[in-house]
Parts: sequence; structure tokens; C-alpha cells
Amino acid sequence: MRVATRERWGGLLLVFPALAIVALFFVWPLVMSSVSAFEDKDAGATLAHFEKAWDFYSNDLIFTVAIVVLSTLMIAVLSIAIAGYLTLGENERTRGALRWLYRWPLFIPFIVTAQVMRTFLAKNGMLNHVLGGVGLIDPLTAQSMLDWRGIVVAFVWKQTPFVTLLLAGAMASVDDQHIEAARNLGASRLRVLWEIVLPQSTRTLLVGLVLSYVAMLSVLSVPMMINPNSPTMLTVDVAYRIASHGDYGVANALCLMSLVIAAFGAWFYLRHSLRHAEAIA
Amino acid sequence: MSATAVAYASPALPAVQRAGTTLLRATVIALLAFIVFGPLLNLLLWAFTERWYFPHKLPQAYGLTYWFRVFSPRGGAITSLVTSIWIALLTVVLSLVVAIPAGFALARLKLPARALIMLLFLLPQAIPNLPVYVNIARMFYSVNLNGTILGVVLVHASHGLVLAVWIASAAFAAVDVSLEEAARNMGAGAWRCFCTVTLPLAMPGLIASAIFVFLESLDEFTGTYFVGVPDVITLPLLLFNASNGGNYQIASITALLLLIPSIGFMLLVERFLKADVLAMIGK
Repeated sequence: MRVATRERWGGLLLVFPALAIVALFFVWPLVMSSVSAFEDKDAGATLAHFEKAWDFYSNDLIFTVAIVVLSTLMIAVLSIAIAGYLTLGENERTRGALRWLYRWPLFIPFIVTAQVMRTFLAKNGMLNHVLGGVGLIDPLTAQSMLDWRGIVVAFVWKQTPFVTLLLAGAMASVDDQHIEAARNLGASRLRVLWEIVLPQSTRTLLVGLVLSYVAMLSVLSVPMMINPNSPTMLTVDVAYRIASHGDYGVANALCLMSLVIAAFGAWFYLRHSLRHAEAIA
Repeated sequence: MSATAVAYASPALPAVQRAGTTLLRATVIALLAFIVFGPLLNLLLWAFTERWYFPHKLPQAYGLTYWFRVFSPRGGAITSLVTSIWIALLTVVLSLVVAIPAGFALARLKLPARALIMLLFLLPQAIPNLPVYVNIARMFYSVNLNGTILGVVLVHASHGLVLAVWIASAAFAAVDVSLEEAARNMGAGAWRCFCTVTLPLAMPGLIASAIFVFLESLDEFTGTYFVGVPDVITLPLLLFNASNGGNYQIASITALLLLIPSIGFMLLVERFLKADVLAMIGK
């Protein structure tokens, strides 16, 4: 008994410094953010910051939600397609090429992605030259994609490898016998993917998607470098409120709004896990 | 896997149809290769461009002028590179010093509310960071930590720590307990056993977590943008300033400098992060 108690206290002591850093430099500022969003100049409670934030930036709020939801959906489709082929594809060489190709952007930072896309998707960028070269577009009417499309492309390009890596790992651990049994019964590969492999790896897929969704919500560099003018993402508005006006009240109200959007992602994930747990029980 | 692949192989298709499938596969792979490498190639071109005006498809003149400018004393790249690496190293040291004991305790000791603690360490990855950076800058302002290396290191560490704790905990959990018991049975003390058996066996995982933290700190932009101004200019901030000033050559060269460690690590990651450790993450 006494040994167990000692172990508990010793363990807590070992964890304490790490916990203290997270509490002091993450949790505490987060609490401050929520407080400041509801606080007027004389430290009284107010909703004025939210009213102003809504008046000025409701368009950007919708824009932000649309961008991250669209990007998340595209990442989901692409990562299922790539991981699915890596797991079930029949051509060895294609699988090898795909495995080698897909992960290059994995650790490329957002800010580098932003700079890369800023030149690639510009009116005079390589994309338009190549599309014009193969005759898909008329070079004279080529347009810049540095608006909402640019942000989505940058997000999908950067985050798909991450989700695919996780998903391919989960799919590889699905029991081969299930797949073989379904194949022997005549199921097509697409059906095996949809009805056998994917349902067994949904949890991992959702974890990857939720982490990406949250990351995209808090990235400042991509919208700031690709599409800084209105309508733009909330992160740019927050930076603007602080840099130009020192207006922490409205900035924090906007931050709180993005926290609520992030909470939707977490809620979606938890709801799925609960249903999954119920299905097992 | 190859046995199942053979079992799935379709019966002999007509030659035309087979050629069609091969063509389709080749097209999809080529398209994907363009999507992955096209943007990177474009960056490479910009880094060595002297002049590139609309509507020219390729740069009109190549050269190293901008490289000399970036690396000249006034270009700021050397200072930023040194600042970035210095901050990243300090972040790694601080993160590991607290993450190794925490990871060990979470993997091996009976902790009260262990799940809750693990969850708390997940927070910084699962919550948008912007509110934190904005308000930490305000906090640091009142204690004169804004614009200092220490301030930036603390911000980077509170974020990098999370990965470090999770990976360290997985690395310790993957170490075979019976090896430690053997050492203890032969008379080694707890501390000696940890230093000579547990720590060396967990080392590949710990190195992986160190590299993760290093890269994350090297690439971090938002936190440095709020906390580091105006004195701490890391490579990402240099990139941002150059790009906003419309100088795509300098921005591209800086981006290239940041790309090298990222891609290098992508190619190396599996060597350090073995499957047995990966399987333990989050357990």
C-alpha cells in the first residue's frame, strides 16, 4: 500500500513540470482569451465585442467555415482513395509509385506551402502555363487562383499526406482474411473498400480529419499570404485587429468563435465514437 | 500481401482493355506527380530567377544574385538561420527535459487520473492556437518577455512538448519490462537500471520526438509572429516579410532553406519511429 502511494506521488512529481508548462503557457492564456472577450474597459461584463465582431466579420465567419469544411471533405476523399489503393490496389508498381509520391508534403510547413502556392497558382504561375500548354485553357484568359480556391488547394495539398499516412496504417491492420473472404464471394475492390476496410478504420480517419480541421482553423500564414483581402479567414481578422487597433476585445471574441467552430469538429468525432462504442456493447 | 495480390489478379483481360488500364494508371500517377512536384519545381525556379516577367513561361534570366544578397550580412538570412536553430535547440532541450520524466511516468507508473493527464497533453494539438498566442503575447508584454528568445522558446516548448510527451511515453511503453527486471535482479539500482537499460532502449523513439520538436519549432510562424516581434526574426518571419514585400526570390530561397530539413526528415522518419513505438502512441 505504502509503495503504491509513493509511486503515485513520485509519478505525479515526474509529470508536474510538463503539466505546469502546458497549464501556464496554454491553458491560462486560453482562459484569459475567453475572459477578455466578455470584458469592457472597466472590467465589467459586456457582449459588445461579439456584436462588433459579428457586424464586421460575419461574412468572414461563413467564409472560414466553408473553407475548412470543404478542405476537410476533399482531404477525406483523397486520403480514402490513396490509402484504399495502397491497401487493395492490384498493381504492385502503381502501389509503389503512389507510396513514394503521396507523402512529400508531409512535413512541409504551412508558411512554405503558402509561398509555394502563391507562385504556383498565380496568374503567371506554372499551373496556368501547363494548362495553357496542353490546351485546357486559353492563356490570355488565364486567371489567378489566389482566392478561396488557393487557400483550399494549399490546405488539401499540405494535409492530405498526413491523413493518408494515418489511414493507410489503420487500413493495413485490417485482417486480410476479411478482405479475402469478401473477394472470394465476388465483391468488387471498391465494395470491399467501402463495406469492409473503411468501416474498420473510420476512427483513425476521423482523428486525422479532426486534427487537420483544427490545424487549418488556426493557420495564419496561408490565408494571409494567399488571400489577405476580405472575405478572408478569421485568423487574418484577429491579426489585423491586434496589429492595427490593439483591439483585444474583438480579437478575442473572434478567437472564441473559432473555438466554437473547432468544438463542432470534436463533437462530430465524439458522437461517432459514442455510437461506435454503443454498437460494440 | 503478394499472395493475396496474385489471388485478386483478374483473369486474362483482352489486350486492349489491359492497355487501357495501364494507360489510366500511368495518367493518374503522372497527374499526381505534377500536383506534388509542380509547386516545388516552381519554387526552385523562383529561387534561381534573376528576371521573370509576365507573360514569359520560364524565367528570362537565371543566376545567384539573390543568393548572395540573402546571405550577405545585410540580407538577414544568416542571422535568422542562427536565431531559428538556436531557438529550436533550446526548445528541444526544454521539451525533452520535462517530457522524458513525464513520458516515463505515464508509461510505467500507476498515476491517478492518467487518462485526464494524457488528454490535457493533447489540448494544444486539438484546439486552435491563435487565441493562445494572442493572449500569451499580452501576458509576456507585461513581464518583458515579448521580443525575447526565451519568450519564443517557452511558446514553442508548450506546443512541442505535447508531441514529445506522447512519443516519449510510447517509446518507454515499448521497452520490454523483463530486460529491466533482469538488470534489477542482478543488483542494479533503479536509477542505474534506468540509465543503462531503459533509456538506451527507448532512445530511437526519443530521438524521433526530439526531431519532431526541432522541426515544429523551426517551422513555427504564428506564435513567433505575435510573441517575437519586433526583435526575434526567425526564418519563417523572414520568409513572410520578403513575400509580403513582393520579393519572391528571397522568399523562395528562405522557403527552400526550410524545405531541406522537412523533406530530409520525411525520408528518415521510419528509421527512427519504428512500428512498435507507433503502435503504442496514445495507449
